[in-house]
Amino acid sequence: MRKAKTLLAVYLAYMLEYRAELFLWALAGALPLILLGVWTEAARGGEFALSPGEFARYFLMVFLVRQATVVWVVWEFERDVVEGRLSFRLLRPLDPFFDHLAAHVAERLARLPFVVLLTLLFFWLFPEARFVPEPGPFLLGFLFTLLAFLLRYLMQYTTAMLTFFTERAVSVEEVFFLLYLFLSGTIAPLEVFPEPLRTLALLTPFPYLVYLPAALLAGQKVDLFPGVWVMLFWGVAFLLLWRLLWRMGLRHYSGQGA
Amino acid sequence: MSAEPIILAQDLTKHYRVALKEESLLATLRHFLLRHYRTVKAVEGVSFQIARGEVVGFLGPNGAGKTTTLKMLTGLIHPTRGKAVVAGHIPWRREKAFLKKITLVMGNKQQLIWDLPALDTFRLNAAIYDIPEGEFRKRVSELSEMLSLTNKLHQPVRKLSLGERMKAELLAALLHRPEVLFLDEPTLGLDVNAQVAVREFIREYNRRYGATVLLTSHYMADIAALAERVLVIHQGRLLYDGPLAGLLERFAPYREVGLTLAYPLPREAFLAFGEVRDLEGLKARLLVPRERLTERVAEILKSLPVEDLEVREPPLEEVIARVYKIAPSGLSETPALEEA
Repeated sequence: MRKAKTLLAVYLAYMLEYRAELFLWALAGALPLILLGVWTEAARGGEFALSPGEFARYFLMVFLVRQATVVWVVWEFERDVVEGRLSFRLLRPLDPFFDHLAAHVAERLARLPFVVLLTLLFFWLFPEARFVPEPGPFLLGFLFTLLAFLLRYLMQYTTAMLTFFTERAVSVEEVFFLLYLFLSGTIAPLEVFPEPLRTLALLTPFPYLVYLPAALLAGQKVDLFPGVWVMLFWGVAFLLLWRLLWRMGLRHYSGQGA
Repeated sequence: MSAEPIILAQDLTKHYRVALKEESLLATLRHFLLRHYRTVKAVEGVSFQIARGEVVGFLGPNGAGKTTTLKMLTGLIHPTRGKAVVAGHIPWRREKAFLKKITLVMGNKQQLIWDLPALDTFRLNAAIYDIPEGEFRKRVSELSEMLSLTNKLHQPVRKLSLGERMKAELLAALLHRPEVLFLDEPTLGLDVNAQVAVREFIREYNRRYGATVLLTSHYMADIAALAERVLVIHQGRLLYDGPLAGLLERFAPYREVGLTLAYPLPREAFLAFGEVRDLEGLKARLLVPRERLTERVAEILKSLPVEDLEVREPPLEEVIARVYKIAPSGLSETPALEEA
């Protein structure tokens, strides 16, 4: 417990050194707010599964979920390996997985005020997005946002393990990101996907990273099952893959640059 | 000193596969499609033992295999072959109990968080190594006093000088009070004062806590001040294991005499005094047998137009190159330099 508290406190102090950057990072995640404008406008003139108000709420929640689940560990890990800094992390009696995780959580806390500010700004710009959430689904949505963050972190950390073998795991992550962008519900809610594509998307881990928590938070009617099992399946799959690649990677590691 | 060695290396070997690439566009395209590799033998069958509390210097030119050996002994990399036991553990299993007993300081790398005061990194390490709060404060105060760093702990690391940063690195690396210290070029790039301070600290740490130290350095002064015993490694093979005095006596029984002359002289003018290593304009560098140094220096001053004269230890790399030339397959009893 003391370990977690100290890690958080030190990384929070570190993140607060980058106030201006934090604001820009939060702003860089504003794509859903642009899409919010596009889709609410489109919904006014056409037949869609969601009303303009529902679109606005959904994209606002996508914005918040993405702010809460931003992960960059693959970039950090790749830099650590290439520059030889991984050696320091390996010398400590703490798995680097948790070290990076603490830095992510601390960054989230430091980012919070900027996110609240941006949300208030968009409530003012798009009054149709304002709503009073039902406590039950909203809390469930909150829980799934947390799970989405953990799954996204685990997925990206597993990808980062490829650095041991290729030193350019970021390229693999960029392919993943393309799939993430289209299948997670960031560009459009899954309700507007053609049926076969939607069925297919729901078998991948991506909709559980954005769509499911955002739809729950926005108060949309969502079927939790069998989605939860799919999410659990991917969680376990990536967990096993991470441990396997970690073990193989350490045997392969040459500690270059250190 | 206990009889059981705290560091044991047996036939430790590490081979790397390195992708080969020639210059030219065609070679680049070929490299993209099909890679060719060659095996680099970084460390080849190295064996030694170090007893608890010993300070051992690890010598060798760049690329000799020093750092690779340290990386195997600290568990960062797996060996291709061979066995190692450090503080009762197989290093590359990276058990928590093992990691708490060792530390590695690298002069060219830092673990301190750049934008925060060093104290924050110490606090982080204290939590990671399960050091209780009271004990943490006691150790920071003790170590920072030994390092004369007390008033620098609250400054962001980026504002510290190179010497202060290295001292803070040492503090961060020793906070968990490791039994075995692996120090890879800890004085790299430091000015003479900082080098002396770091050296003094390592000596004091070893004396106070009985820690075992394996130290690599390019500065002969570091090794001479700290280590009574040295290991010499070259091209991945261990060439010498024994006292430092024995190494110099056996492999470099000469001193280097640097001369600045009033006017240039031909090479023949120096042959009577020693082996001429360099002669360029007014500068000359001679190797003179150690036992005849006084006599030869007196002769030089009497016979040559000397403006300045300097006597120094031969450069470490030269000694090691000589060791390798003379003893390609291990220890040798052969003297290094024929009488000049």
